[in-house]
Amino acid sequence: MINLVPRKEIPLSLTLTTTAVAVALTLIAGAAIFGVLGYDPLAALYQFFIAPVSRGYQVADLFVKACPLIIIASGLVFSYRANVWNIGAEGQMILGAMFSGYVALYWGGMPAPLLLPAMILAGVLGGLAWAMIPAILKTRFNTNEILVSLMLTYVAVLFIDWTVRGPWRDPMSFGFPLTPMYPDAGMIARVDLPGIGRLAQLHWGVLGALVLSVAAWFILRRTMVGFQVQVMGDAPRAGRFAGFSPALVTVLVLGISGGAAGLAGMVEVSANIGQLQPNISFGYGFTAIIVAFLARLNPLGVIVAGLVVALAEMGGDAAQIAMGIPKVVTGVFKGILLFMLLAGETFNRFHVEFRLPGTAARAAATAATKESGSV
Amino acid sequence: MYEELILTVLMTSVPLVYAAIGELVVERSGVLNLGVEGMMLMGAVAAFGVAMISGSLFLGVLAGALAGMLTASLFGILVLGFATNQVATGLALTIFGTGLSGLVGAPLIGKAIEGLPQISLPVLSDLPVVGKLVFSHDLVAYGSVVVVVTVAYFLKRTRAGLVLRAIGDNHDSAHALGYPVLGVRFAAVLFGGMMAGIGGAYLPLMLTPHWAEGMTAGRGWIALALVVFASWMPWRVLVGALIFGGITIMQLAGQAEGWTIPSQFLSMLPYLATIIVLVLISGNREFALANSPACLGRAFHAGK
Repeated sequence: MINLVPRKEIPLSLTLTTTAVAVALTLIAGAAIFGVLGYDPLAALYQFFIAPVSRGYQVADLFVKACPLIIIASGLVFSYRANVWNIGAEGQMILGAMFSGYVALYWGGMPAPLLLPAMILAGVLGGLAWAMIPAILKTRFNTNEILVSLMLTYVAVLFIDWTVRGPWRDPMSFGFPLTPMYPDAGMIARVDLPGIGRLAQLHWGVLGALVLSVAAWFILRRTMVGFQVQVMGDAPRAGRFAGFSPALVTVLVLGISGGAAGLAGMVEVSANIGQLQPNISFGYGFTAIIVAFLARLNPLGVIVAGLVVALAEMGGDAAQIAMGIPKVVTGVFKGILLFMLLAGETFNRFHVEFRLPGTAARAAATAATKESGSV
Repeated sequence: MYEELILTVLMTSVPLVYAAIGELVVERSGVLNLGVEGMMLMGAVAAFGVAMISGSLFLGVLAGALAGMLTASLFGILVLGFATNQVATGLALTIFGTGLSGLVGAPLIGKAIEGLPQISLPVLSDLPVVGKLVFSHDLVAYGSVVVVVTVAYFLKRTRAGLVLRAIGDNHDSAHALGYPVLGVRFAAVLFGGMMAGIGGAYLPLMLTPHWAEGMTAGRGWIALALVVFASWMPWRVLVGALIFGGITIMQLAGQAEGWTIPSQFLSMLPYLATIIVLVLISGNREFALANSPACLGRAFHAGK
């Protein structure tokens, strides 16, 4: 039997410890799974977590891979803090990519310096618009935002599939489902430092992601808006007494998380792909959910968490190439990591005591005596 | 032609009925398990693998049920033992189940098996019209109706069902009365997992006789929506599942008939229909919340 006694305060050191333990246990569980599947566990773990960053330029690629995760998770933190469950970031990301893609493909003739800002705006608007559907349905009709945002992801996947095969397809693409390439002014440039040169695929969007996550931290922790979000999540009754509007907060956090996801879609396509295609995301919107939890819903933690999860994603590729381990094993890792983190959260919030059945009553009696003794 | 169509609709709704009726019981006990998709996939891959190796479809379905239960037990231990956040844990279960089923199922891709033998009741199945529609299904399909009837009876007419509903509506009072809140909830979660596993098993054994990664294609989530649609009443699950089966088949039939609408838009129909149905049901608060378990999604721990 497990007995839970709530803690009054959660020290930061405890949060860090449980997170580290959760990651360590995930590695052990992962090693066990590799063993069961007949692979050498240590070699597999090496391929997963060390091989992808064993050379300098690969570290730069790690940041590139983490970029969309950091952007999306920085937004999701607001949503989950407020107890609003936007799990449709994947769809919002796709819509962001489509909106910005429309600007790049059809309004590409505008003055070059204006094109990227216009695309950024369009990307944010695309994600925001898609997220407003569950927001409005929830505030107006009390509809479950989890199911609506998820259903809209399926719709978005089909929608982009139709556009790149149909009206937006490049007539010169030989039948491939691809749009024309974006104009050069619509591409996010690679980082090219004087004296150092290029750092692999590193692009300026990565810097943007880092700035965004710091800005998200500031808004959440240092502004009235962020305070409202946290209060509505932790103590909705208290929030209502303080005059905060639950509907407004719902719309706000879905808007923030949707806008961030849309931005991530824009950045991903403009920096790495350069044209729209049926698959622009590879599940970043879902993976970012794990990033947000690994970060303990702290926007600054999102940077570290994004890098850790991106490492596992790259490791999945490396392990597949080197050892023939199916790539889906990354999903198993992600699931176990999330389980461990959630269980770790319990150790943060409660003193956890394991007891044999039967001894519980005696312990409760002892606790009661102590309690009355202290009064 | 229409006979065939209706038959396919009925078959398409079978997995939804199983998954939704299981989740209904889980939610009635006050627990929200968003991992239905993951449990269905685990059930599907286990069923396909075992059926292929053993050659027995019965063993396949059994393996699906067990796999669903095992997956659900992970959720139960975390949510009930460690009082973790139910929404996040359910999501984790779906991510985990999708990944693990893909990993386990990787060697099964491209293999095929025979479908479940259909039970053709002599005489009855030869009846005009209704004969084929009502009396020529596989055992698992009939089982889905039996399960709905049993669950309806259990919740409404038995003492244990009453206890389960009481725990879902007010776990503190139920605990004070001496009912084992966590024990009952764990049992409900296991039942939900078993049903999702059987629903998942039906897909590769019967509907499409092969295994594909992520082959549930959102059916687990639609099952969750069905519970809301049914406003937590077992019988309405059947109605909802038939509607969704109908929409799924309609879009497939439409694609086959060469409707001028692009296939992508037809494929959106089940998802859009889910949203519309959720809006219609949830908008009417009295109807939606009349049977909604009051403690749904709230963690219970005795030591507070």
